[in-house]
Amino acid sequence: MEQKEARPSFLKKRSKRLLFPGRFLHALAVLFGVSLATFLVAHATGDPVDLLVSPSATLAVRAQMRSTLGLDRPLMEQYLLFLSHALHGDFGQSFIYHQSVTTLVLARLGPTLILAGSAFAIALAVSLPLGVLAAARGGWAAGALQLFSMLGLAIPSFWLGLMLVLLFAVNLRLLPVDGYGTFSHLILPALTLSLQSIARLSRLVASGMRGALQSDYVRTARAKGLLEGRVVWVHALRNVLVPVVTMAGLELGDLLSSAVVVEVVFAWPGIGRLAVTALGERDFPLLQGTVFIAGFGFVMINAGADALCARLDPRLNVRTRA
Amino acid sequence: MRLPFTRGARSLSGLIGALLLAAVLACAIGAPRIAPYRPTQIDLRQRLLPPAWEPTGSTRHLLGTDNVGRDMLSRIVWGARISLSVGLAASLLGAMAGSTLGLCAGFFGGPTDSIISWLIDVQLAFPFTLFAIFLLAVFGGGFLPVVFVLALATWVNYARIVRSQAQSLRAQDFVTAARAIGVGAPRILRRYILPAVLPSIVVVASFSAAQAILTEAALSFLGVGVDPTIPSWGAMVNLGRNYLQGAWWMATFPGIAIAITVLAANLLGDWLGARLDPRGR
Repeated sequence: MEQKEARPSFLKKRSKRLLFPGRFLHALAVLFGVSLATFLVAHATGDPVDLLVSPSATLAVRAQMRSTLGLDRPLMEQYLLFLSHALHGDFGQSFIYHQSVTTLVLARLGPTLILAGSAFAIALAVSLPLGVLAAARGGWAAGALQLFSMLGLAIPSFWLGLMLVLLFAVNLRLLPVDGYGTFSHLILPALTLSLQSIARLSRLVASGMRGALQSDYVRTARAKGLLEGRVVWVHALRNVLVPVVTMAGLELGDLLSSAVVVEVVFAWPGIGRLAVTALGERDFPLLQGTVFIAGFGFVMINAGADALCARLDPRLNVRTRA
Repeated sequence: MRLPFTRGARSLSGLIGALLLAAVLACAIGAPRIAPYRPTQIDLRQRLLPPAWEPTGSTRHLLGTDNVGRDMLSRIVWGARISLSVGLAASLLGAMAGSTLGLCAGFFGGPTDSIISWLIDVQLAFPFTLFAIFLLAVFGGGFLPVVFVLALATWVNYARIVRSQAQSLRAQDFVTAARAIGVGAPRILRRYILPAVLPSIVVVASFSAAQAILTEAALSFLGVGVDPTIPSWGAMVNLGRNYLQGAWWMATFPGIAIAITVLAANLLGDWLGARLDPRGR
């Protein structure tokens, strides 16, 4: 079950542990790591109270924060307290919005998911046919895809976003510069965000397809006289989909990560822009909550992608160590 | 001995990548000699001058000037320093940490492997840009923190590939033979396994440098980069964003510089991968 693949495979392939039946336990272990990392970073600078209350807070507020977080107790106990608060969805209060961090982050989660989801849909819709055509045609088509994906991986998303704004909003006046609400507001950010995914996924599809087209079952399909179109789009494509779905989980994570920058460019009210605002105002609880919830969500998405993969390809359920 | 860049379909793109990278490196090293102006030299009478080929442009400022009259070309040439130094330093640091962990995980297996694999999965669980913002908010910006944060982004790349290669190498005869004559584990790792995985490390280093340069640019764009007083490409794009309507060149050119540098590193990595990977021959 080794998918040999040009570039991203070794950069992006998850470790084999995820294929084990204990998928749920594994996700749990990663979530534990996520919470530990978030907790330790907050404590790395010494006194987290300096970070967690606004700089103008009085001594009384600081003392109260200290006892809420249990900072007078051992580190281990503090972590358990942090974890129990986190599991109850309590990440404290934001200084700038004077609201619970969880409420704020959850309100911004929708726009981010809409943006990342649309970009993901565009990426799939474009890269599947693109990769299949490049592999089936070969020659110049394969070269053109190579060039396109190289460029797509090199262009910074924030710059691409600004260039699209320059062209479609400033010069042609077809679409709004930034903002949120209508479908026309979604077009430019989603396109911007999708380019890198298209570049990566189409390469993956093309290389998987090249391998599939040389395999025995495709030769059999051809030998029994099936139309080439059916061989490519039905028989071969099905086997290409498994690595694509595996990558898709990671791809969605990359999209969520790049969305931060794209949201800032287009003033999109998602969690990325929330985090950047929190950074500007040094609103640390808000930042911590955002990072934690984003990491949590990403682990869930990946677990889902894994389960889906196992459904698509029963071979992955076999307990083997490669 | 065959000359480099003379073989295979990727050799031309590899050559282009190497040449582009050499040009960017020359800009970074020779910035004081190449750049026509100092990057911080303000000239308010010459502000927002378009590039030379526009009707109102001037040949004294080939790529135009920014909002306070600084020469765009000079700032881009100087910006190469930050991009390359951060990219290389982060990639190198990531290589040392990631390769060491990957070697140990793959060679020793068992609990060592479980712990390191867990670290890899946890690292990958964070949307990285958010995590980087979080870290830089706690530890503050500046050259070293940014390099450390970017190394945190790249170590996983090395750890994964080195781990899987070390795993298959440890069962090979030459390793078994070394063990049989009593060579210790540290020496086996350094003298037997490391040389065998080094080609892959070099390939990953090339892609990781590209990734680090791109991420550094994004962080500078968001305002958590190295130092706002040193010209960096990401920060220049961010500045140009406010002048998109009247002065398109301010955001456009630094972005092209980023894309060219990243493209060059990726092309070189592709070529190295095709050349150094024994399975590709």
